[in-house]
Amino acid sequence: MEILHYDLVVIGAGNAALCSAIAAFEANSKLKIAILESSPKKWRGGNSQHTRNLRSMHEAPTDVLSDSYSEDEFFEDVFKVTKGQTNEEYARFVISRTPQAVEWAKKHGVRFQPSMRGTLHLGRTNAFFLGGGKALVNAYFSYAKALGIDIFYEHEALELILQDSRAKEALVLDKQGQRELLFRAKAFVLASGGFESNLDWLEEAWGQRARNFIIRGTRFNQGKMLRSMQKQGAKIIGDPTQGHMVAIDARTPKYDGGIASRVDCVSLGIVVNKRGKRFYDEGEDFWPKRYAIWGRLVANEEDQIAYSITDSKVQKAYMPSLFEPIVASSIDELASKLELDSLNLSQTIEEYNAKVIDGKFNHTILDDCHTKALEIEKTHWALRLDSPPFYAYPLRPGITFTYMGLAVDKEARVYKNDESLYENIFAAGELIAGNILTQGYVAGFGMSIGTVFGRLAGENAAKELR
Amino acid sequence: MSLVKIYEEGIKSSIICNSCRYCEGLCAVFPAMEQKRSFLLEDMDYLANLCHQCSECFYDCQYAPPHEFNVSLPTQFARIREQSYKKYAFPSFLSKAFDKNALLTSLLLLLFLFLGFVGASMQKELDLSTHGGDFFVLIPYDYMVGVFSVVGVLVFVLLLISIMSYAKAICLPKFSLAIFMKSLKDALSLKYLGGHKNEGCTYPKESRSNIRKYFHHLTAYGFIFCFIATNLGAFYTHFLNLHAPYDFTQLPKLFGFSGGIMLCLGTAGLFVLKILADEELVDKKSVKMDYAFLIMLFLASFTGLILMALRQSELLSYTLWLHLSTVLCLFIMMPYSKFVHMFYRFLALLKFNTEEAH
Repeated sequence: MEILHYDLVVIGAGNAALCSAIAAFEANSKLKIAILESSPKKWRGGNSQHTRNLRSMHEAPTDVLSDSYSEDEFFEDVFKVTKGQTNEEYARFVISRTPQAVEWAKKHGVRFQPSMRGTLHLGRTNAFFLGGGKALVNAYFSYAKALGIDIFYEHEALELILQDSRAKEALVLDKQGQRELLFRAKAFVLASGGFESNLDWLEEAWGQRARNFIIRGTRFNQGKMLRSMQKQGAKIIGDPTQGHMVAIDARTPKYDGGIASRVDCVSLGIVVNKRGKRFYDEGEDFWPKRYAIWGRLVANEEDQIAYSITDSKVQKAYMPSLFEPIVASSIDELASKLELDSLNLSQTIEEYNAKVIDGKFNHTILDDCHTKALEIEKTHWALRLDSPPFYAYPLRPGITFTYMGLAVDKEARVYKNDESLYENIFAAGELIAGNILTQGYVAGFGMSIGTVFGRLAGENAAKELR
Repeated sequence: MSLVKIYEEGIKSSIICNSCRYCEGLCAVFPAMEQKRSFLLEDMDYLANLCHQCSECFYDCQYAPPHEFNVSLPTQFARIREQSYKKYAFPSFLSKAFDKNALLTSLLLLLFLFLGFVGASMQKELDLSTHGGDFFVLIPYDYMVGVFSVVGVLVFVLLLISIMSYAKAICLPKFSLAIFMKSLKDALSLKYLGGHKNEGCTYPKESRSNIRKYFHHLTAYGFIFCFIATNLGAFYTHFLNLHAPYDFTQLPKLFGFSGGIMLCLGTAGLFVLKILADEELVDKKSVKMDYAFLIMLFLASFTGLILMALRQSELLSYTLWLHLSTVLCLFIMMPYSKFVHMFYRFLALLKFNTEEAH
């Protein structure tokens, strides 16, 4: 078997991986570095190619962020969505380093949109990549290439081969050449993402339900490194069922649906399950913040399907979506188009309409439109569904990324089960996001974690090799 | 690809763009799309003419091929742009002839015109060696002025008709003088061809560069200079009674010479860039017309320069006939060629800037 020799091998090629390779080179330009990307060039960049922004604290407005966003407020947001299930020390550690993350990205060719423009109300908390995440990874790839870092496409790392507390080499499948190779190196950075594209693994965690999940991102996150490290005694954190799961349009392709698969109107109408019944308060909070919960809610309903229904009154208030809404001029017609029990659906809607308390509708604030005396209330933006045509979107759980991963210290070193550290294995990105997040999600935080830990992994690996 | 399919593709991609919006900020096309929730065919004619085919959005797009969504605005909009030139061109039979085979049609036309000039010249007894650089010794004054005036006026009217019908189709809103001036500035500076903050576009290949913008500037301003030179020449002849040949201290020569050089360099540059461009970005069919137009522009400027150089030689008659034929051919092509993009694009910018201001 052919053996290739490097100082540092970075496994994975998303944001965190690219940050670590570049940071390692900048810490020591003599290093011979390889990046292993399991996808073909056209699909490169892992889930980062589907991302849009990076959440960053800042004390004053910058060229890419408006107003200010303090460490405390940022942490509050993380605390809220994770229902307190976050590691405060690690979260604050990342948050405090986000301003440098933006600057670092800019210095390495990533362009951001000016803060004044933007369709979502996120210009204050998140810096938006000009052209999106694919533009970001393209910038990093060309930067890495210019530095002389070797990038291997269609090279999938299968196993990391360990000896005591050191990694010796990586067993790699060259998919084009249909052969196996060994990449021998003095240090390794694992940044190969989670396992959300691995349907078998999802099924182990979720049971049959997983077969109805849609993978919102790349098809290449198979969790091979996580599995390999797990088998060999690395400390694993997190629950395999936890991750970022959103309710997306059921008509989305199985992989790589990305942002366009989102359905933006959930909080403006009602959501019913296969039996035509509501099952959760659609008006609990703003859609961006509640984004993370609906995937799990739908995953727990029968056949993992639900339907978001609005009427013509609010149609202009939400983002246009990729798939045409299913339109009907009456509830009966809608029920038949959605193949729902017509009686159940009209009963649900009649009951809901009867309990709506009139208020002043404003979808940009937590308004006073709500229901009273329903088993499941709708606490904001509750308007009667009475102005045909009615619009419906079918929803399915769309898994974006998983949280189960490798435990790391704040130098991005990987822990063994016995709480000691591996000497030359570092990890970053989605693979370690579970150190900070255990459930829920705030937009753009994954890219913050990836950039901060990616750089740390690279720099500390370079230090190790000195 | 059928006409319906071409527009359908564009609409489908625009809907995807509109639900993604990651490219907002790249150029004018994306904020223009965001003004709409659904798209009509005419919206496509508007958006396609707002697009410079710079390809930044293609490389940035998570839905670009091989993704099954197959979003590729640079190629899809290029196809629609080509259709829009045809759709609003008048009369349509000439448009069809150019569409069938742009280069062949132009060359045939060129030959025909050349023979026309030769024929006109033959009406006189010529001594090719004693012309002293005076064109009118070679071609009768009435014939030259007559042909060019008739063709010039006709082309102007035909262009105007197509521009008006394009403006009507895209529902050009009422605009203010300020917006007009802003749009003019955007057009003359090729604002969106420079990419975000003028950092360059990803054309002809993935790395960013402003080279296309420079060549385009040379072409556009070279053309304007030549146009000015021609008019100045006419003015000098008819009103100042100053006849050609002019020397380098006189304006017609200065404009003509510098314009000719710029046009030669610009068109040659654009031609080479088109050949080098990433295969995925250039729609092979729709560039044929672009090639024909670039070649004709190049020939017109190149023969003009040759004419200047050979003025005192015995070859003057042939170069003069050739130059006049290429210029005339170019004129006739104008309403059916890439030339109209200058106006369509300006109208699209006018619409965009007006809508943005609201």
